Amino acid sequence: MNHYLTLSLLLFLVGTVGFIVKKNVLAMFLCVELMLNAANLAFVAFARDLGQLQGQVFVFLVMVVAAAEAAVGLAIMIVLYRCRGTLNPDEADTMKG
Amino acid sequence: METLFFYLFGGIALLAAMSVVAQKKIFYSALSLIICLGSIAVLFLALEAPFIAAVQVIVYAGAVMVLFLFVIMLLDPFSAAAARDKRKRLTFLAVALGLVALAVLFTLMRAHDPATPPLAGEPPGGTDPVGRLGRLLFTRYLIPFEATSILILVAIMGVVVLARKRS
Amino acid sequence: MTELLWLLPLVPLAGAALCGLAGRRLPKRAVTIVACSASGAAFVLALAAFFELLALAPGDRRIEREFFTWIAAGDFTASAGFLLDPLSAVMALVVTGVGFLIHVYSTGYMRAEAGYYRFFAYMNLFLFSMLVLVLAGNFLLMFVGWEGVGLCSYLLIGYYFDRPAAADAGKKAFIVNRVGDVGFILGILLVFLTFGSLEFGPVFGEIAADSAFAPPGSGVLTATALLLFVGAAGKSAQIPLHVWLPDAMEGPTPVSALIHAATMVTAGVYMVVRCAPIFSRAPAALDAVLVVGIATALMAATIGLVQTDIKRVLAYSTVSQLGFMFAAAGVGAFSAAIFHLMTHAFFKALLFLGAGSVIHALSGEQDLRRMGGLRRRLPITFWTMLTAALAISGIFPLAGFFSKDEILWSAWAGGHPVVWIVGLLTAGLTALYMFRLIFLAFFGEARYAQGVHPHESPRSMTAPLVALALLSAVAGFIGLPAWLGANRFARFLEPSLSLVRRGDAPHLSHALEFGFAALSVAVALAGIFAAYRLYVVRPGTAGRIVARWGALYRLLRDKYRFDEFYDRAVIRPVLRLSERTLWQRVDVGVIDRAVNGVGASMAGLGGVLRGMQNGLIRSYAAWILAGTAAVLLYLSLFRN
Repeated sequence: MNHYLTLSLLLFLVGTVGFIVKKNVLAMFLCVELMLNAANLAFVAFARDLGQLQGQVFVFLVMVVAAAEAAVGLAIMIVLYRCRGTLNPDEADTMKG
Repeated sequence: METLFFYLFGGIALLAAMSVVAQKKIFYSALSLIICLGSIAVLFLALEAPFIAAVQVIVYAGAVMVLFLFVIMLLDPFSAAAARDKRKRLTFLAVALGLVALAVLFTLMRAHDPATPPLAGEPPGGTDPVGRLGRLLFTRYLIPFEATSILILVAIMGVVVLARKRS
Repeated sequence: MTELLWLLPLVPLAGAALCGLAGRRLPKRAVTIVACSASGAAFVLALAAFFELLALAPGDRRIEREFFTWIAAGDFTASAGFLLDPLSAVMALVVTGVGFLIHVYSTGYMRAEAGYYRFFAYMNLFLFSMLVLVLAGNFLLMFVGWEGVGLCSYLLIGYYFDRPAAADAGKKAFIVNRVGDVGFILGILLVFLTFGSLEFGPVFGEIAADSAFAPPGSGVLTATALLLFVGAAGKSAQIPLHVWLPDAMEGPTPVSALIHAATMVTAGVYMVVRCAPIFSRAPAALDAVLVVGIATALMAATIGLVQTDIKRVLAYSTVSQLGFMFAAAGVGAFSAAIFHLMTHAFFKALLFLGAGSVIHALSGEQDLRRMGGLRRRLPITFWTMLTAALAISGIFPLAGFFSKDEILWSAWAGGHPVVWIVGLLTAGLTALYMFRLIFLAFFGEARYAQGVHPHESPRSMTAPLVALALLSAVAGFIGLPAWLGANRFARFLEPSLSLVRRGDAPHLSHALEFGFAALSVAVALAGIFAAYRLYVVRPGTAGRIVARWGALYRLLRDKYRFDEFYDRAVIRPVLRLSERTLWQRVDVGVIDRAVNGVGASMAGLGGVLRGMQNGLIRSYAAWILAGTAAVLLYLSLFRN
């Protein structure tokens, strides 16, 4: 059990650090997917550990949401690229205070 | 056997994840992520969640990542010059914070879960894990399940609206 | 009926609500019916309550009705409850009776005015407030009514709000009354601090028991009485707070009759009499009431001699008569004060309504110098006003004779010969200025503008005049002096004043009392005769006197320059203080700087915080991670 959680933790942190470090919106998006999967792994591990199926149900729902989010996010990215000609999020700072 | 499985595919997943972050080119990052997702699917199998593993491979590693690759190729970010990081410090900060969080979480985990033997419980699905999961989804979790379909529908409409070329 | 006591004030309130909220859309006729029937119904209810009270044994004539607990905070409770005893019954009768007649009169007088419905809404609201005032069973509810009548007074003085003079007069009345109200509030607070209650029953019971912590003559009682008297002086226009009442004549004449002559201004007298258990145990405060009252009576009478505006003459007359009432209270003759209050309500309302009729006939002319010769043109107005003038002058056997004579006699019997002499002098002056008014308005040549054709007022206006004239003529017989019979009024009022502390009245013979009465009638006749000589027989005499005593005349004409004094002593220093110190120093220097400082520091802080909103998603994520790390650190370090 602990092994799976540790792996999940490591994957999650790698995703987090990547999200901050990467300078490409697409890459950041990939990191978000990585983080989601890390969480999914923890869910399934708990489901196995506690002998309950609810964890898997959650994972299923998370996957659906992630798919929808990926579709919408990628569409937004296309629009962003069309408008600004870049995928660097630092360039898209019109809303800064 | 299971331990071996875990270390093998866990290691692959971790290495692939690091590669996602480390790769300069986004295309390789995406490929690394596919590998990572695949190995996580294997871990799902090991955790006796065959349905989830299948969905992971078909929907996630398959459909979603293909979509990613399409977008990557469409936008062609290879040619874009590597932008200079406006915030160099941010990288160090992120790595440092990540390490802090890692250390802390690790100690927390140690403190709270001292002696649970690995995989102590009963296998959740029994003899028919997929069937039971399906039954659960269509009875107790029917409303969330249907809500996801509405979510998908909304997402489809949103994507169509967003991606439509303005004349 | 007493079960329905709450209906008594609520009927006019309902009338006010109906007229005020829907009156604009209702036809005038409907407004008339609503307003008059509301006041008439209130009068019928008051009458029923009065007879119910009369049916009880004298000792039981005290009905308390508590409707609900109004305020309950810690030890402090105040109920919304009414107290019906002879005193409040008399007041309710006077208020609703005179109020009803004046409502009827107003339907004629105000017929052509804009905002007809507004006028009647305010009038009904006034009746409501006044009834709450007189029926209130505790100080706090009384104060509610007190402020309510003040508000209605303000609204009605400023009825012609497009005239600056009227608007200013309304403000002046309001502000001067505030000064008095501060005293009243402080008095109420002192009562609560001393006795821990605001209900009339327990408080007066405690005082009547001569309790140890507020013995008779103690400083606490004196201070309480003086503070309450400040409030009464403000409402009843006594020196030095009398300046608002003459200006209040800017309101419509029926308002002057109802509020500024018959009822509201007498609220101060009522309050002093209601608090008679306090006042009678605070001799110093009672002396202050006496001095202020008699001084006001004399001063206002002298000013009334030289005024040329018919309503202002009557206004100063009102101030003077109110002074008489306070003087009566000051010598301890509380029932005489209420008796005079009642008769005064009749004849002074009549005088005002008659003056309104004259003004109406002359299309708005108020200057006595441009009247004259109206006797034959306005016969009903003339005869009724003559009745009232004789009554106020104290001619036997009209109402004013009995009430004024009782006051003068009480002053003498109470051992205040100076007061008696001043009162007698004032009575003579009263006759003089009142018949000056009558002679100038109704006798002599017609001095009004060519083309004005005075005509008698419609029946809706003359009927109340006749009714009030009858009352002015006969109301005195309920309070006969001892040499003529029994004073039924004083005996009826007795249960309300049972807690008053009385000194030993010297036993004086009826013959002496009769002699004094004859003397006061003689003085009044002398005043009338002097007016006749001055204004009818030899109209030029007055001018010669003015020329001879120019300084005195100007002093009287300028009303002893009270307004000028207040302008110098209060208004200008306050303005200067506000402008130089409060505005230019405190406001600009301290408050503005503080406000701006707060704003500037916030802007600076915002500038710091703005750096966080840099629009970089990645740095936001880093901050989230930092927060997460901090929370985890806290958990791992401190939660075990």
